[in-house]
Amino acid sequence: MIFVFFLTVLMLVSAIAASVFKDLINAVIAMALVSLVAAILFYFLQAPDVAMAEASIGVALVTAIFVIAIRRTKREE
Amino acid sequence: MRKIISFILLVIVALGIGLSLRKIPFAVPKTKVGTYYIDKGIDQTGAVNIVTSIVLNYRGFDTLGEVTVLFIAALGVGVVLATIEKKTKREIMPSSLVLSTGCKFFFPLILLLGTYVFLHGHLTPGGGFQGGAIIASGFLLIYLGCPGKRINERGLKATESLAGLIFVIIGFLGLAIGGYFLLNFLPKGIPNTLLSAGIIPIIYIVIGFKVGAELAGIIDGLMEKS
Repeated sequence: MIFVFFLTVLMLVSAIAASVFKDLINAVIAMALVSLVAAILFYFLQAPDVAMAEASIGVALVTAIFVIAIRRTKREE
Repeated sequence: MRKIISFILLVIVALGIGLSLRKIPFAVPKTKVGTYYIDKGIDQTGAVNIVTSIVLNYRGFDTLGEVTVLFIAALGVGVVLATIEKKTKREIMPSSLVLSTGCKFFFPLILLLGTYVFLHGHLTPGGGFQGGAIIASGFLLIYLGCPGKRINERGLKATESLAGLIFVIIGFLGLAIGGYFLLNFLPKGIPNTLLSAGIIPIIYIVIGFKVGAELAGIIDGLMEKS
């Protein structure tokens, strides 16, 4: 229970950080952290199917696509 | 002044959402269809994983639409990227021995995991979409770790089209045999074994190939043009 509370707070903090950071790479990493914690929370909520989809798409592929897009545009906001 | 107005509007919106969400009971089974699936799902479809039995059997047509949405999204990415001219050849730094060997070591393991996930979609959590995404992340690893290696684009397109075609053909076979699109016409088998649940494993294999090829195609296009 304490662990789930800690994860929820971590998710909120990293979500706020993703919108505050000026360096876009840092913001993308914070967003990947949101997805990772969301995947763990889905597992605790007994939805392992959704957790697997979130972990593979949200953490790996979306982060990679954002980093590729940032590499082609400007890094600072 | 504008900040105060926007703050008040935000408070009103938050209050409205909070008050309307308070009326909804959380985690209480309200719908009869949910309990129906849980009680009868295994008997009717043969798939032990109830999520899979809903996604591919009760709501199989929706899944076909979902796959089509993903196909159109990949097509849109391809169209947008086709308008960008190819950048001049950049100096490709060769990756170190440790990095390239690690990539080549992990790539087949990731492929194996993805294949396991979509082959066992009707038994364990996971399925075609998750397995396909895992396979695509393996190709992403190769693109990042071993610069110079590329996927055969024609092969990707052929895999994707063939997989979509097989999905639709299986649906029409059900229509021809039993009168319903995507009818589960194969024998259900014994639950909890690999060869059970009729057409569900076949469709999940097809979806795994299709999703993997589509996502790998998106990554391929993005890495090529950037």
